[in-house]
Amino acid sequence: MNDKEIIARRVALELKRGDLVNLGIGLPTMVASYLPSDAGISFQSENGIIGMSSLPDPALAGVNLTDAGGSPIGALPGACAFDSAMSFALIRGGHLDVTVLGGLQVDEQGQLANWMVPGKMVPGMGGAMDLASGAKRVIAAMTHTAKGAPKIIKKCTLPLTSVRRVDLVVTELAVIQPTDEGLVLLEIAPGVTVDQVIAASEAKLLMPKVPGVMGIAA
Amino acid sequence: MSKVSTVAAAVEQIPDGAVLMIGGFMGAGTPPLLIDELVRQGKKNLTVIANDTARPGVGIGKLIDAGLVKKVIASHIGTNPQTQKLMIAGELEVDLVPQGTLAERVRAGGSGLGGVLTPTGVGTTAADGKTTVELNGVTYLIEEAIKADVALIAARSADYSGNLRYSLTSRNFNPLMALAAELVIAEPDEIVPIGCIEPDSVVTPHVLVDLIVVKGAEA
Repeated sequence: MNDKEIIARRVALELKRGDLVNLGIGLPTMVASYLPSDAGISFQSENGIIGMSSLPDPALAGVNLTDAGGSPIGALPGACAFDSAMSFALIRGGHLDVTVLGGLQVDEQGQLANWMVPGKMVPGMGGAMDLASGAKRVIAAMTHTAKGAPKIIKKCTLPLTSVRRVDLVVTELAVIQPTDEGLVLLEIAPGVTVDQVIAASEAKLLMPKVPGVMGIAA
Repeated sequence: MSKVSTVAAAVEQIPDGAVLMIGGFMGAGTPPLLIDELVRQGKKNLTVIANDTARPGVGIGKLIDAGLVKKVIASHIGTNPQTQKLMIAGELEVDLVPQGTLAERVRAGGSGLGGVLTPTGVGTTAADGKTTVELNGVTYLIEEAIKADVALIAARSADYSGNLRYSLTSRNFNPLMALAAELVIAEPDEIVPIGCIEPDSVVTPHVLVDLIVVKGAEA
């Protein structure tokens, strides 16, 4: 199982029946693959749909039914479509239960940077700032390090996506919960030691309890 | 008076230097014939307000490819390397706006509001140069309304009077932009007799639409 799959399978366990969920582009999108079809979770895509599904057959690709990356999708019975103002009213207005966002950095305050690297990558924030400040629960799903460099750090050096604290950070090594006191190491991945997680992190990790073993969805 | 126009005659009404709102999200819901005609007529120095610039060769990406755009106000340009290249070279001004904020600024512009208050972007670079206000213990950014000279709208259906309905995720910014421009040009997939779109299904009321372009009509 590769790192991204471990992360996606762990995040899948956070989603509950009845939740309205928005998955960011990239790794977060993988989360949907690890949920049973009867999980009772609704997915929103910010380009204006609730009830998106994978395309049942490539031949059914249509120009008017796409995901936020512009790729053709399908829709489930009960799906609904709406304009961008409604889409972001759902996101900011307390109607979106969970968003899962990719991350470049998370710091000891639990703040997330995920939308630009000055001088290198200036894609624009798209919906990320609205999602990070508006969703009821924000889960950062990201690899623990990038080319060996820690991404869980003392203070974000990249431009923030939101000043709001994320609720949970899931990496291939650990599950971390930002709190008033700092970053609490809740779980470590099977076969990984606490020392390994600490070594891969720049930020201080708190352990008020012995960390549990990370669950992974089937 | 009929609102029906050829694509060419509709685009002829757009001057060089116009501020355009263009519906669409990664090309879905961007009016294809109007884009092609803007390129054919070589309209210059355009300001484009849109969610994104799609990809090279797709939707608004065609306007970027043709060098017709001097400024973009959008939430995302990451999928279009040409937009990024021109921005870095200083040949294209790009104003990046959070997507939900862009939607509300357009909606406000078409709704007689001066702007909106949003918590999105507070404490980030999106707040640079903007005023914050505190209401009931929450900090908000003041985001100004925006308007355009012309809105280019893609719809699933128009009736002869200009009532519009949309298709699935091609709706996106289109209904908001139809409110916020002086001249609203709609490119529907089909034009149907009045009454074929039941009143409850009309998303954009006909009074907002100035021109309905007809596919394949002669200039």
